[in-house]
Amino acid sequence: MKDFILPDDRDMGTPASRSKTMVTLEIDGFPVTVPEGTSIMRAAAEAGISVPKLCATDSVDAFGSCRLCLVEIEGRNGTPASCTTPVAPGLKVHTQTGKLKQLRRGVMELYISDHPLDCLTCAANGDCELQDMAGAVGLRDVRYEAVDTHFQPRDAAGGANPQWLPKDESNPYFTYDPSKCIVCSRCVRACEEIQGTFALTISGRGFDSRVHAGLADDSFLTSDCVSCGACVQACPTATLTEKSVIEIGTPERSVITTCAYCGVGCQFKAELRGDELVRMVPWKHGKANRGHSCVKGRFAWGYATHRDRILSPMIRDRIDEPWREVSWEEAMTFAADRMRAIQDRHGRQSIGVITSSRCTNEETYLVQKLARAVFRNNNTDTCARVCHSPTGYGLGQTYGTSAGTQDFDSVEQCDVAVVIGANPHSGHPVFASRLKKRLRQGAKLILIDPRRTEMHDGPHFRAAHHLALKPGTNVAVVSALAHVIVTEKLYDEAFIRSRCDWDEFQDYAEFIADPRHSPEAVEPLTGVPAGEMRAAARLYAGAGNGAIYYGLGVTEHSQGSTTVIGIANLAMLTGNIGRPGVGVNPLRGQNNVQGSCDMGSFPHELPGYRHVKNPEVRAIYERVWGVEIDPEPGLRIPNMLDAAVEGSFKGLYCQGEDILQSDPDTQHVAAALAAMDCVIVHDLFLNETANYAHVFFPGSSFLEKDGTFTNAERRINPVRRVMAPKQGLADWEVTQMFANTMLKAAGAPEWHYAHPSEIMDEIAATTPSFAGVSFDRLDRLGSIQWPCNDAAPEGTPMMHVEGFVRGRGRFIRTEYVATDERSGPRYPLLLTTGRILSQYNVGAQTRRTANVAWHAEDVLEIHPHDAETRGIRDGDWVRLASRSGETTLRAEITDKVSPGVVYTTFHHPETQANVITTDYSDWATNCPEYKVTAVQVAPSNGPSDWQKSYQEQADLARRILPAAE
Amino acid sequence: MTTSGGDKIIRMANQIATFMASRSGGGAEAAEGLAAHINDFWEPRMRRQLFELIDAEAAGFEPLVREAAPHIRRPAETA
Ligand code: SF4
Ligand code: SF4
Ligand code: SF4
Ligand code: FES
Repeated sequence: MKDFILPDDRDMGTPASRSKTMVTLEIDGFPVTVPEGTSIMRAAAEAGISVPKLCATDSVDAFGSCRLCLVEIEGRNGTPASCTTPVAPGLKVHTQTGKLKQLRRGVMELYISDHPLDCLTCAANGDCELQDMAGAVGLRDVRYEAVDTHFQPRDAAGGANPQWLPKDESNPYFTYDPSKCIVCSRCVRACEEIQGTFALTISGRGFDSRVHAGLADDSFLTSDCVSCGACVQACPTATLTEKSVIEIGTPERSVITTCAYCGVGCQFKAELRGDELVRMVPWKHGKANRGHSCVKGRFAWGYATHRDRILSPMIRDRIDEPWREVSWEEAMTFAADRMRAIQDRHGRQSIGVITSSRCTNEETYLVQKLARAVFRNNNTDTCARVCHSPTGYGLGQTYGTSAGTQDFDSVEQCDVAVVIGANPHSGHPVFASRLKKRLRQGAKLILIDPRRTEMHDGPHFRAAHHLALKPGTNVAVVSALAHVIVTEKLYDEAFIRSRCDWDEFQDYAEFIADPRHSPEAVEPLTGVPAGEMRAAARLYAGAGNGAIYYGLGVTEHSQGSTTVIGIANLAMLTGNIGRPGVGVNPLRGQNNVQGSCDMGSFPHELPGYRHVKNPEVRAIYERVWGVEIDPEPGLRIPNMLDAAVEGSFKGLYCQGEDILQSDPDTQHVAAALAAMDCVIVHDLFLNETANYAHVFFPGSSFLEKDGTFTNAERRINPVRRVMAPKQGLADWEVTQMFANTMLKAAGAPEWHYAHPSEIMDEIAATTPSFAGVSFDRLDRLGSIQWPCNDAAPEGTPMMHVEGFVRGRGRFIRTEYVATDERSGPRYPLLLTTGRILSQYNVGAQTRRTANVAWHAEDVLEIHPHDAETRGIRDGDWVRLASRSGETTLRAEITDKVSPGVVYTTFHHPETQANVITTDYSDWATNCPEYKVTAVQVAPSNGPSDWQKSYQEQADLARRILPAAE
Repeated sequence: MTTSGGDKIIRMANQIATFMASRSGGGAEAAEGLAAHINDFWEPRMRRQLFELIDAEAAGFEPLVREAAPHIRRPAETA
């Protein structure tokens, strides 16, 4: 393990003040200077003095209930609570006087008299603030024995004690033991202020008061609680405790690393005992998450040690044979021989790779290098193809770079947030919490989504406008908003003149002002009332700070790229670019989807988004890699699959992706995979794609390797090895071994990376936007937002500040074209897809954790009207059919979807939502059109034929022969 | 159902044509924009299929695709 000094992790008692005005005061004789608005408690902590406290913690606002943090101030009466008393110039504060000592002991005595004294066997032993405070105040005896307590199940006479409540163990990850609760309300405040769920309340008063989740008869599991764990982290006692701590004990060391689930990129302290992971605690210095996390990152890491994990390499000649476990060497030779044989027979272009958005930057870089420098072609693509490739194209064309413009902190300054085709509540939970906090402070929300998602309304917020458009009409809606802004002259002329190309603006303005783009004209096709569109446009344009956040509901359409361009136009029109609180922010799905794009995974681009056709870019890599680079673009994933079916693409190395489950039109994907001679799957589990594979390289989890992930804010976050790889090798080592096996056979020089930091050094040396990045600098700064180079040695939180990356911002016309995928008599409904909080993508990881408690199967949401006309009741099995295929799943009747629209998630292989989706795709990037499929729904009584035959094939393909003696 | 190879190539080319036509407002850059896009993003195999269809005068192409054809790079004969 590398030496890495943890920055100050102390609890400062109350949140930091943002004021620029400084105040100097004296605490216990020491002068302290802090920002105005800081509490005396925090000022003391800055001076190194910890005032005893129980109800205060620096993640939530002070509450002032425990009365332990009292101080004396010269010239003021009484003993004010230091957590709720702000500093003032010249104050002379004393934190330790005879009177204070007396008072504090009294307070502690009361607490302890109603607390069980089973410290030695308590899960929080050694990690309990109540214990610490008893020690800190010098409590030596408790003079009264409480008659009424909360912790004794029976009273003195042996009768049941009505004050005693049993433990609530309903949540799979933590327990609530009311007998240990000191009613400090830190959990309640955490749930409200940090998470924004408001699941907890303190009911009753005085001695009777207690914490409760949800309504009277709710448990944690049945309440609104989303299991983010903020309350558990905030709790000073064992009342809310991770089950893992109860089972294992308290951790003894920690490593800072980054969550491997979503594009928020939360940093965590992985807390361990030996090499056993005890718990993950979101790190307060993580710049994306600021100490918060969601259920996936904090709790759903059990998959890393799940028994389904494959730990030995495996091979087979044909996919109808069982797997044979072999040594790494044998697997490598088998795979390399096959790939070479394919190239000898079918040409250099007949094989390719798919890089993973779940693996590290360093691993992804090596896989695309494998294609370019070892296979000697550009057949490399990544799952970003199927999610955010239109972002790359659209933002590249308009602004000159393919990434979000802001950091997440920016949301704290936005006045109007426009959320388009994204459900951060489920997909990017920690960002959602930060956005909701801003909405509770009064910022407005415009939601553009066919479905009434969890972002529509919640505790203390409600969208000002919900444009519930018909799936497939994004361009029409975005253009209508621009139409209103242009024709009502709400645009920011000064910004456009100084920052954009004025001629292009005029051309665009003339185009968009045409009445065919007006809200009234598009209302019939979008289904959105014109008045709502006009009001939304006015609100966004007049906002002050307007920020757009968008997701896959924008990109996964046949006009995905056009919508991204339309969004970029909106921000330029209104001058909402280049300062805090504004911007265009694609919410990237997977943890490293940004990074996999940055690292040159696309078949037309070398790392740093530089086209392979440019000889000066190729020259950089030709020099470093010592091979000639193909100047022609390679195949994208859908093109690879088409070429496989046609017989000219025969071999694939697929790292950390499950294309069979995640890509559209499953039957086509299956046919393509079945047509190949060598499919190498490199993954943790025998995923669905592996059913068609000839070689399986076992992968390592993010806990087992060093590297970096890049989140949706372009933030390069370190991933640190927490434990040794279970199957012996980190993924980058496997790729290197495979490359070297092929290189050796060809008599070419081999690769010699000894550590991922050397791979990053090569990336920095060859990619201008990464020029300043190194593992050392990442250790020092914690994380870095690219571009990072001599001009910005500490990285770039905000882009396009002085000017656009491409120079002048470019307006591009956005004509709405209806998708060919239309509902008709045979398929009268439109299916759209999405995700939910507790599961992650294809679910390979989250399905192998207790998160299934929240989502055991995918269901089909259907409007009551559509259900009734089809005779479907809630919970019925229904058949969902499109021109591509059919499947069955259970129906959930809800008015979250509009009539004519149905919705499902895609987390479970049994349902296979992608059997239904079609091969239509974005015009510019071939990003599949997941979000619109014409379907029919009918009652059914069981799995479809496809589901049955699929299951049979899967069972057959997953057999593993016992290892040879 | 999956569209057959040729139909898919035609549909993809037409989708790009539609965007390029609207982007340029019917101007002359449309054909060049279309050709540049295909040159940048289509692997030689796809361009070869495209030319096979164009050379065989296959039906179904937007006129702009034919107009752009002279600007599209013909792939080298062998892979
Ligand atoms: S886990 Fe999160 S949502 Fe649930 S009660 Fe605690 S803070 Fe609230
Ligand atoms: S559960 Fe913990 S945080 Fe919540 S009130 Fe009780 S002791 Fe405080
Ligand atoms: S899944 Fe996303 S929001 Fe949740 S902890 Fe991981 S990075 Fe954070
Ligand atoms: S810590 Fe200040 S009153 Fe509890």
